Amino acid sequence: MSGKAFDTRSPLSRARGLGPAKEGVAHWWAQRVTAAALVPMTLWFVVSVILLAGAEHATVVAWVGSPVTTVALLLLIAAVFHHAQLGLQVVIEDYVHNEGLKIAGLLVIKAAALVLAIGAAFAVLRIALG
Amino acid sequence: MAEFTLPANSKVVPGKTYPAPAKAGRLREFRIYRWDPDTGANPRMDVYQIDLDACGPMVLDALIKIKNEIDSTLTFRRSCREGVCGSCAMNVGGTNTLACTRAIEDCAGTVKIYPLPHMPVVKDLVPDLTQAYAQLRSIEPWLKADTQPPDRERLQSQAERAELDGLWECILCFCCSTSCPSYWWNGDRYLGPAILLQAYRWIADSRDEAIGERLDNLEDPFRLYRCHTIMNCTKTCPKGLNPAKAIAEIKKLMVARR
Repeated sequence: MSGKAFDTRSPLSRARGLGPAKEGVAHWWAQRVTAAALVPMTLWFVVSVILLAGAEHATVVAWVGSPVTTVALLLLIAAVFHHAQLGLQVVIEDYVHNEGLKIAGLLVIKAAALVLAIGAAFAVLRIALG
Repeated sequence: MAEFTLPANSKVVPGKTYPAPAKAGRLREFRIYRWDPDTGANPRMDVYQIDLDACGPMVLDALIKIKNEIDSTLTFRRSCREGVCGSCAMNVGGTNTLACTRAIEDCAGTVKIYPLPHMPVVKDLVPDLTQAYAQLRSIEPWLKADTQPPDRERLQSQAERAELDGLWECILCFCCSTSCPSYWWNGDRYLGPAILLQAYRWIADSRDEAIGERLDNLEDPFRLYRCHTIMNCTKTCPKGLNPAKAIAEIKKLMVARR
């Protein structure tokens, strides 16, 4: 809208634009909740992997397959990829000002997060469920 | 997409150097951004040597001295010269501030002066604030109440009045908004810290009856949520206010009303 030649809209009209989108609070809240959740989850995951360094293959498979670990890993995967796509969405909205590129970029990021999350969850479940 | 080529008139070239006065005591160099829309030439940095013994203590005093005694074409806004009007907001030594309350003594070495960043320039140190003023109007910065007014003032307790401290002092100089990278990149849709602080000033007012409507108008990924808590606003505010906190309070209310 703005930036076109012969833009006769008043400054107030441009400031009001298309009006408020009436969203953003869910995104903002989810980003903070996943961030807080990821602090203990990431610590747990990193410490666990360090403790498993050099372990037998069977030991690691048994660890992934134990019920508590399986559920925790699935939660970690959900939180990581949800948080990642929320954050990358903000980066795209900040810097990509071409509307078509912006929508394409958002779709690619969300699809990539979904594919990677499903792939990771599938890997965990395959071990857990044999 | 990110712009890789600079817009017209972005390249700042060296300008005129005005000689130091003959019998100078304490000399201080001022490098000042100059751009004249009538010539079409690129902006330039003019260099002035000021004798601090013959000049008032503030950066604005030096600008007025230059305009009066050295170069009358230097263009800048100023009015109150005591930090209550917000007219002389500019970038001094890399920080947005008011020229009238910024002491020359507090500037290290050469004093470099630019207009407020990332706004269209009208001339020299005068930025075009049309868009920012329109954004201010869009948040409707006036008391909204449906209850019939009493015969006298609408009353407010001392505690309720205290809620407005740190908000009412804003003089709308736009030092904060023009220091905010988010406002630089998305100023057409993001309201920026100055306007959001003003919005919160009415949301926090116990006499206002339109809080929900005000929050409705702010609930937008761009209008409000482009704030990424960078805090440049709070760091640069020449009145010592905290726009970042005001924005955080709005975000908290957005969650509280869910």
